Amino acid sequence: MSQQLTVNEITQIRRQYPAIFDRPLKQRLVQCLIWAAFTAFAIYCLVQLGFFNFGMIKSGLGKLYGVVSFMLPPAAKGRFLAFLWAIFETLGMAFLGTLLAALLAVPMGFLGSKNVIGNPVFHFGLRRIFDFLRGIDALIWALVWINVVGLGPFAGILAIACSVSGELAKLFSEAIENVDRKPIDGVRASGANTVQTMRYAILPQVFPVILSTSLYYFESNTRSATILGIVGAGGIGLQLADRIRVLAWDQASLIIIMILVTVYLIDNLSNKIRHHFIKAQEIN
Amino acid sequence: MTLFFKKDLNKSEAYAAFRQTEARLRRAKNMRTIIFVAVFILALWASAHVGEVDIPEFIEGLPSFFNYFQQTLPEIDAPTFREDISDWYWGIDKWLLFLWDTVLIAFLATLFGFISAFMLCFAASRNLNKNYWTYFVCRRILEIARSVPELVYALIFVFSFGIGPFPGVLAIAIHSCGALGKLFSEVNENVDLGATEGVMASGGNWFQMIRYAVVPQVFPNFMSYTLLRFEINVRAASVVGFVGAGGIGQELMTSIRQFLYTDVSAIVLMLVCAVAIIDVSCEKIRHRIIGQEVLV
Repeated sequence: MSQQLTVNEITQIRRQYPAIFDRPLKQRLVQCLIWAAFTAFAIYCLVQLGFFNFGMIKSGLGKLYGVVSFMLPPAAKGRFLAFLWAIFETLGMAFLGTLLAALLAVPMGFLGSKNVIGNPVFHFGLRRIFDFLRGIDALIWALVWINVVGLGPFAGILAIACSVSGELAKLFSEAIENVDRKPIDGVRASGANTVQTMRYAILPQVFPVILSTSLYYFESNTRSATILGIVGAGGIGLQLADRIRVLAWDQASLIIIMILVTVYLIDNLSNKIRHHFIKAQEIN
Repeated sequence: MTLFFKKDLNKSEAYAAFRQTEARLRRAKNMRTIIFVAVFILALWASAHVGEVDIPEFIEGLPSFFNYFQQTLPEIDAPTFREDISDWYWGIDKWLLFLWDTVLIAFLATLFGFISAFMLCFAASRNLNKNYWTYFVCRRILEIARSVPELVYALIFVFSFGIGPFPGVLAIAIHSCGALGKLFSEVNENVDLGATEGVMASGGNWFQMIRYAVVPQVFPNFMSYTLLRFEINVRAASVVGFVGAGGIGQELMTSIRQFLYTDVSAIVLMLVCAVAIIDVSCEKIRHRIIGQEVLV
């Protein structure tokens, strides 16, 4: 049996929901105006950023086609071991950078949490310092550190440590602010001083968070370490920029593939380890 | 009583078995700890080796790091405050223009990323697309687009299209497409399928089903993710300039390379403030969008 709406019923429904069937003219006009403004702004962007420079785009597309056809198939040309070494260098940069950042961020996190140091002025100032540290991109830090310690992976390590320590410190201090208050009271009541309270009441609660956050950042730092080399801070990015500079596109595409594989493997590995930690946590 | 119990327990076989198991578990745990520590030390040593970490050189270079920071700080005295500030920000007009360009790059890249992700995401959701091959192809396209870093795309596009903001927009747009497409298809996979069945049952085709049953459900989430992506893209747009892809990064790179110390601090301060302002305002809008979604 098929049901069909009669004309009467339709008019009734129309009258019942005027907002859907007959929106006021003003509302429709406002929506049109918003869309027109958005489109105008997008067109202004296109003009401003050179999207109507058809000559440039045409010759660029031709060149891009050339690049892609040179990229296939990827080839090592006897440099595979050098690339592999650079990958390890990248992993080393990410590992040491994260470790350094975490080591710096633990005391910073303790100092920056309200329940450890109550002074609001100190808290506010320290939080702004964290914001400043993480507000500056790792690439900018890398450029600065290159001026100090010279070209090479060491500058990359310090760059990662600087930009990530601000971020970790913020996360750690938030974790510390959210700890359960009772163990703190208990440890204090049995005569512990501030340091002992941190060690026996706060640290056991936040340590799993610190560990899993650091591991997560190791994963994300592996990604950023691959590109730090493009500005000269060592690792696989340096090789990539170098190969592109001499227009060895087949080797460049091999490096890109190696980066993808490495990032994929690290993602999976750190996921496994984090799940392992979380499971161990649940059992305890 | 207790003594009796202890003696009894000591003798019992169950107790012996318990002790044995305990000892075995303890050994295993100690073994795990030792292995973990050994692996950690090995990783530390290996990374220090490949990372060319040179502590003496670092300590030697540390004063020059602080020197560097000191040199970037402008000299500002109270009596000549206005002159000093205008001296520090001598290039404010030029820099503001570059900063504006950076925001435009981020905006346009987010827009293109959104459009392309929107076109791909429905085909890349398992529950909406029954055709395995289109699903597979769309998924792989999104994966490749998001796993290659923006800066790598930027290098390639700068080589092809020349120095300027155009390659920067393309590079960030492709990366955003991959990142957004993944998030969008995850949202799609959680939609209520009742609405899609309703549209199909009343004779709609696939596109009508997407338009009238899926989009209304997922759109607030899409907008929220897109705004978040815009924030990320502003940061990305400020660094793609390092390889010549336009925006404030190009200017910053020049001043760092030419040791124009006070310019570096002036530009970085502007950049950090601009990013913070955009972050805060985007967060406000996002909360409003999500709030509406909960209310309706």
